[in-house]
Amino acid sequence: MYEETKTVVSVGLAVDEQLRVMKHTLRPDTLTGEEKRICIVTGTHGDELEGQYVCYELNRIIKSHRDCLRGIVDIYPALNPLGVDSISRGIPMFDLDMNRIFPGEEDGPVAEHVAARVVKDIEGADLCLDIHASNIFLREIPQARVNVNVAASLIPFAKRLNLDFVWVHAAATVLESTLAHSLNSIGVPTVVVEMGVGMRITEAFCHQLTDGILCVMKDLGIWSGDTIRPKDPIISQDGEVGFLNASAPGIFVPCVEHWRNVREGELIGRILNPLEGTVEEEVSSPIGGMLFTLREYPVVSCGSLIARVLGGDYA
Amino acid sequence: MKKECIYSLKNFYRDDLNIYGFHFGKGEKAACIVGAIRGNEVQQLYICSQLVRALKNLEEKGAIVHDNEIMVIPSVNHSSMNIGKRFWATDNTDINRMFPGYNLGETTQRIAAGVFEAIQGYSYGIQFPSFYMPGDFVPHVRMMDTGFQNASLANLFGLPYVVIRQPKPIDTTTLNYNWQIWNTNAFSVYTCATGTIDEPSARMAVASVLRFLTRMGVLRYTSHSGYIASVIHEGDLMNVRNDLPGLYRRHVEPGQEVYRGQVIASVIDPLEGETISQILAPTDGIIFFAHHAPTVMEGTVIFKIIRRLHE
Repeated sequence: MYEETKTVVSVGLAVDEQLRVMKHTLRPDTLTGEEKRICIVTGTHGDELEGQYVCYELNRIIKSHRDCLRGIVDIYPALNPLGVDSISRGIPMFDLDMNRIFPGEEDGPVAEHVAARVVKDIEGADLCLDIHASNIFLREIPQARVNVNVAASLIPFAKRLNLDFVWVHAAATVLESTLAHSLNSIGVPTVVVEMGVGMRITEAFCHQLTDGILCVMKDLGIWSGDTIRPKDPIISQDGEVGFLNASAPGIFVPCVEHWRNVREGELIGRILNPLEGTVEEEVSSPIGGMLFTLREYPVVSCGSLIARVLGGDYA
Repeated sequence: MKKECIYSLKNFYRDDLNIYGFHFGKGEKAACIVGAIRGNEVQQLYICSQLVRALKNLEEKGAIVHDNEIMVIPSVNHSSMNIGKRFWATDNTDINRMFPGYNLGETTQRIAAGVFEAIQGYSYGIQFPSFYMPGDFVPHVRMMDTGFQNASLANLFGLPYVVIRQPKPIDTTTLNYNWQIWNTNAFSVYTCATGTIDEPSARMAVASVLRFLTRMGVLRYTSHSGYIASVIHEGDLMNVRNDLPGLYRRHVEPGQEVYRGQVIASVIDPLEGETISQILAPTDGIIFFAHHAPTVMEGTVIFKIIRRLHE
């Protein structure tokens, strides 16, 4: 097995430093030219860290079973390295969300130049996984997010990733600026994975996804090692999802566990007033189903998302 | 003048966010003006406050034409301004990327929805936004090319330039874009500053709005005719990027005419003090946008030049 670390793009910062987007490539020693290539991409949002552990694990497993590698694995742990380093969701010194500037522009502002180079580097891959970790406010079960327009081509991959849920969501013009949309548009099937919570690593979720990535790699002929039998995820459309938003500000304390079935009208948690010791709001589920998103960060404003429930019976 | 709270967001750890609209005149919804949506848009807030003052005086003098109503919303996001943040105080989202908003959605979607509902139905919408790149502009009116825009109306502000921008997907959630889609003639007016008050360009902006409202038959006000604007498409502006990073020294100002080969900026080694790069104008033209931070990354768009235009 051959491995190398490369710089995908670098930009000089003002004082004695480079912004460097790095990738690590693992491949067989000898290439026939027929090998399939998978790209594992994460760290677009600097506060989403679950993918860091997935990258580590994937590297570790492949390197401990070197003879099983039959194709090319490119691992990009941090598309926004300065953001990861500085606990900043966006690119420091840049206003726009990095996942809203793709496909970028070679001669554009720095961040758009970086985005363009990243897309160019991934171009030609047989599959790309873009791993996200919600944000600091919400905890998510391991899931794939798939745009309805490309669902038919992506669901076969998403189903093999050992995830619990595949959310087929409506298309929105603003989402045309995401990495996933840009790559899908140039013929690189790209599945977005969301799991866990920002600024934390949920080891069990990371192991679960890593096992799924190996399954997909085996399907593609990139991996010949042992794999698990992946879970059968629930596949849902947008319309089956119920949203719970706070109607009052305060401190949210849940009274149910994440990732369980809830009944219509069941109490999900309370928004508390610590100053006067009162309950400002009791938040109940608008529909029966599986609680796949639950608020992690306690402070809420009016409108803060508390939970999302996938309608149906998943007991 | 009537001061109205057009949207209120209840808070717990701090005072509620109350967004105020100032109404002048009565009757048909003629024009709505929106100021600071981001917490660092101090210049935009200042301009709108001066417009409120000017319109109050004009209304008292009977200068608002019968059956015309004007609303000014100077500040949408003082929750962020009061704590020195550009984006939303708690989750760092950008209200100007949330339009048309959703009244059952997340906090900033609700704020956008509340504001958007209040500003519906006006014939003309004028916003004072800021740009996502740090720098200074020549004062101009900017419109999105939505198919509904009207560049000849934008000319009536009497500012030197009208810029037409081809919208990118991310622009589809801005106020300007959605105003146009919802049948308001929407204009974004950019001046020379954002986080500081630039008095000359603020005065120019106030005058341009009063001039526009006069020309649209909303005000009776005598003002200088202003400029006959040059209409330019944003895609036609030439980007100038620096080759090396370091300390940045700008040699020309927005609005200044430059010649091909002229040194327009220098980059200085931040540790050893030597000039390590001189940036030359790649074309004759007028400086439209100029980077203003004291440091610069490699490959930053430090100027946008209107090609082959002369003073």
